[in-house]
Amino acid sequence: MTIWQVIILASIAVLALKLLGYLVPPSIVQRPTPARIANLLTVALLSALIVVQTLGSGQGIALDARVPALVVAAGLFALRVPFILVVAAAALTAALIRLLT
Amino acid sequence: MSDRSTAIRASFAVGLAVAAYGISFGALSVASGLDVWQTCFLSLVMFSGGSQFAVIGILASGGAAAGGAAIASGALLGTRNALYALRVAPFIGGPWPKKILAAHWTIDETTAVSTAQPTIEGQRAGFWWTGVIIYVGWNLTTLIGALIGDLLGDVSAYGLDAAAAAAFLGLLWPRLRQLQPVVVAIGAAAVAAALLPFVPAGIPVLAAAVVAVVVGLTNWLGKKPEAIA
Repeated sequence: MTIWQVIILASIAVLALKLLGYLVPPSIVQRPTPARIANLLTVALLSALIVVQTLGSGQGIALDARVPALVVAAGLFALRVPFILVVAAAALTAALIRLLT
Repeated sequence: MSDRSTAIRASFAVGLAVAAYGISFGALSVASGLDVWQTCFLSLVMFSGGSQFAVIGILASGGAAAGGAAIASGALLGTRNALYALRVAPFIGGPWPKKILAAHWTIDETTAVSTAQPTIEGQRAGFWWTGVIIYVGWNLTTLIGALIGDLLGDVSAYGLDAAAAAAFLGLLWPRLRQLQPVVVAIGAAAVAAALLPFVPAGIPVLAAAVVAVVVGLTNWLGKKPEAIA
């Protein structure tokens, strides 16, 4: 698969899911269990993506400047610092550690 | 102040804050190996932040070979938009072209702002104003971020790889207000970390989704069903 094919297919899938909500009768999907699974899916996938982005290195695990950067980000989110500033602070933390080590 | 103008004020507050994320998406997407066009295509057509970050995150670690996992992760993260659509569809109404545009703009923020309004006029105004502000803002900032990312070159020196993890954390953070999602987050992180050294790129993320399905089906540590909106 090429990158373009991946992007187009993934975009169609996401768009189709949005449309699906306008097509199905609400009674079918508004039951508590599917709604709960969909919400928890978001949490599980984001959490797994954090791990992969922070520790992944090819096919393996590496502990490097990304770990302290994530700790800084968590601290700033806890202090309710805006998203864009936290992301920039995380990048800066990792860049500084790499510069100094 | 009318319900409509209250809703519009909320739309601007939320919309402008969110649109700024587009810079980080654009820069990270180019850093993940996509070109500027591909990056803009995602923001124009997929238009769902979590799914977009997931697709570029998995392409960054596995390249086009991880395409299947990238598509599956993006789609799984997009399932919540279908549930949002169920919530907003009753007050959107109108002919199909309008509904299709509404579907395209049915995301976390449009749902949050519109459903928080007390009247149907406020709900409609909240949905459409938030939608247009975020759609225009997100696409403009994506383009700016992509062009900046293109200029930067080697991204790990600038810490952009760490920025990706922080971006995911920012999307996750507001969802961790109850015990059940916290447990799912920890379980999913453990599954992903355990599998990371042994399976191809993208698979650890998909495997972690199983944690959500199991906890969701059993409602382990959850509230009684009536309590869940």
